Amino acid sequence: MGKKVGMEVSLAIAEAAKMANTDVVAAYPITPQTHIVERLAELVANGELDAEYIPVESEHSAMSACLGAVATGARTFTATAGQGLELMHEVLYVASAMRLPVIMSVANRALSSPLNVWGDQSDLMAVRDTGWIQIICENGQEAYDNVLCAFRIGEDKRVLLPVMVHVDGFYLTHVVEPIEIPEQDKVNHFLPSFSYPLPLDPDKPLTMGAFAPPILFSEAKKAQEVNLRAAKPVILECWAEFAKAFGRQYKPIEQYRTEGAKILLLTLGSFGETAMAAVDKLRDAGQSVGLLKLRLWRPFPFEELRQTVGRAELLIVIDRALSFGGPGGPAFSEIRSALYSEKNRPRILGFVGGLGGRDLTVAEFEGMVKRAQEMKPSGAEQEFEMYGVRE
Amino acid sequence: MNARKTEAEYTWKDMEIGCIVAEPGSSQYYRTGDWRSQVPRYTFSRCIKCGVCALYCPEGCIGPNADSHFEADLFWCKGCGICARECPTGVIGMADEEE
Repeated sequence: MGKKVGMEVSLAIAEAAKMANTDVVAAYPITPQTHIVERLAELVANGELDAEYIPVESEHSAMSACLGAVATGARTFTATAGQGLELMHEVLYVASAMRLPVIMSVANRALSSPLNVWGDQSDLMAVRDTGWIQIICENGQEAYDNVLCAFRIGEDKRVLLPVMVHVDGFYLTHVVEPIEIPEQDKVNHFLPSFSYPLPLDPDKPLTMGAFAPPILFSEAKKAQEVNLRAAKPVILECWAEFAKAFGRQYKPIEQYRTEGAKILLLTLGSFGETAMAAVDKLRDAGQSVGLLKLRLWRPFPFEELRQTVGRAELLIVIDRALSFGGPGGPAFSEIRSALYSEKNRPRILGFVGGLGGRDLTVAEFEGMVKRAQEMKPSGAEQEFEMYGVRE
Repeated sequence: MNARKTEAEYTWKDMEIGCIVAEPGSSQYYRTGDWRSQVPRYTFSRCIKCGVCALYCPEGCIGPNADSHFEADLFWCKGCGICARECPTGVIGMADEEE
């Protein structure tokens, strides 16, 4: 057994990158990610982590430097948040298409304007289609564990893809939680060393990032799509191995008190902790309510969603991001789409709430369950609402 | 990438990891000749074999043929006409591509 310590989640993420023996960190500090990279810079400066820390001038450069580092075969870590993730946006596509497994934690934050540094998943949803593997964490232990897993998954020869480990800004990054830190030798055993199959090497010249004309581009994209989908069994295998080594089992979708539930809430990230308390209260009051927590966002866990939704009559998806002028929250829209062809699909409603650091309390989750039961099924306009907005 | 196949024969399964090009110089297998709308025509009797056309060719596709006259390889020639303009003895004229 490892040692359970009270630790700020940001520092636990840095600790995971350190215990993974990261070779290169290229990062630019931004709230609420700052403590992660500040700690990594400190570890490198103190000689506790034998890595190259590249203090870049922007997030665009941070991600670019990370690509170069991975291309040489270096284990590479970075972290960002909100506007920083947006500034590296174009390079994110390059990372996945070039199959360079950069591992990045994202402290999810609202996107300007108005300027807002607080927790929100608008940044997460804006990078949905960048081709990265994306894992969404609910608490500090998950964040630590999944940074370790991210290295093992992304660097696997069958995968070779970059991985984002999402943690809600402030709600997770700035809280102190009891986190079990395993022994270094167990981490070493779990995480094999990284070698990139076609690294940059002066003795074996390669062209990386070449152009592809129309006659090849579609083939390149199909290969990328097949590759990302094929990562799922490797992710499941990694989580199974992690459970064997450390005793904590992760799944693409977690279920909480879903046995026979007629109503299901579905959350992403730290909302899950509050929603569990709401489910407990509703169950105590005799209501048939359960909770699904989506951990694996890309590749999307279609089969697990269908299985876990089961026979529920009402599914309430809570998004912490809005698709302006669109069908509702991005997760709501995707989940409805994923269940569309099911014969016995539940009625699916969405709420958008908790934007820009607004809390959603236990009572508000209970309120959403009540409100969803009142909503009339009368067309797309009625199928989602922004929750808790003053009229 | 496997240089034996033309780009039109590549399937998605043939793609190297991250579309890395692992064989140096494989761009020579990429046919740029079909970008052409004009094609060089030669009157070799006027050719003094000076090689000025080869020096100016942006594609690097001009070299001496079997008679040591300088001639573009139409697999790569994009038909830009620079050789025709630079040739000091007027060997080269550009005609519309009919392929």
